[in-house]
Amino acid sequence: MTVVERREIALVDLLDRLLAGGVVITGDITLRIADVDLVRIDLNALISSVNAQVPSPFEESL
Amino acid sequence: MTGLRYVYAVCRPFGTPLQAQLTGVGGDPPRLLPHHGLVAVVSHVPEADFAEEPLRAHLEDLDWLTGVARAHQGVIDALTTVTTPLPLRLGTVFRDDSGVRTMMQAREEGFLRTLDRLEGRVEWGVKVYVEAEREPEAPAAPAPRPASGRDYLRQRRMRTKSQDDLWQRAEAFATRLHETLSESAEDSRLHAPQNPTLSGASGRNVLNAAYLVPRVKSEEFVERVDRTKDGVPGIRVELTGPWAAYSFAGEETTEKEGT
Repeated sequence: MTVVERREIALVDLLDRLLAGGVVITGDITLRIADVDLVRIDLNALISSVNAQVPSPFEESL
Repeated sequence: MTGLRYVYAVCRPFGTPLQAQLTGVGGDPPRLLPHHGLVAVVSHVPEADFAEEPLRAHLEDLDWLTGVARAHQGVIDALTTVTTPLPLRLGTVFRDDSGVRTMMQAREEGFLRTLDRLEGRVEWGVKVYVEAEREPEAPAAPAPRPASGRDYLRQRRMRTKSQDDLWQRAEAFATRLHETLSESAEDSRLHAPQNPTLSGASGRNVLNAAYLVPRVKSEEFVERVDRTKDGVPGIRVELTGPWAAYSFAGEETTEKEGT
């Protein structure tokens, strides 16, 4: 448990757990934030915003 | 009396105090809010950032989300050293303490059940990647320059075929690995494969799984993962953890196996 623990946790691994895991409770404020579908949409938005800054390395070069 | 309540986790009462210098979301130290046989761990957060509308907007800001996610994880980590927390999803916010208490009252039974189920367990993450641009084995000599368009296409087809074979092998490998690891875990979850643009990891993620393992059996589990790591060219296995049991915090967990 030593090596793994010391390395900084990758953000995606964290988001897998914090946005898709954890108990879903409808807080009295954030009624729909906890909704998984919404979170998926948010992640898509994130991905596209990342895409805009960093061109994909996977573009097939012909 | 200002600010909203950001809730990280619900736990059974624990004797050990949290580290004094621990800060949570927005820099506010996490506080304990007891109610009956449970304790909620909360921070006071500004309405300007955490009311529904601003929160929704912030969730699309990667830097902001990163800060909150790391702070949330920091608090859960600290809790893990003194108890077995039941982590809540990121961004669970209440108007005030009494809102949090009302929620705890309403969900008390389920929380206690889940806390019992998770007591002494941790989560391990296992990911399998296929290296995307692997060249076909053999040729020590580089492939000859395509002399014509037809040659080019033929070479390309061969590359594609060997890539397909690799993916098939990777699928089989991941399926087998998941079966093996599920045997030494109490429960498992499959997360969606990670987007390489977001993860920055090389290769294509074909398995992204979480396993619930008793703390005392963790060493054995880790060894089991380690043993699978080498020997399969083009396939990479990554282990993360131990995590608090985020992926197993939902109540539906036992019925929902295997999708």
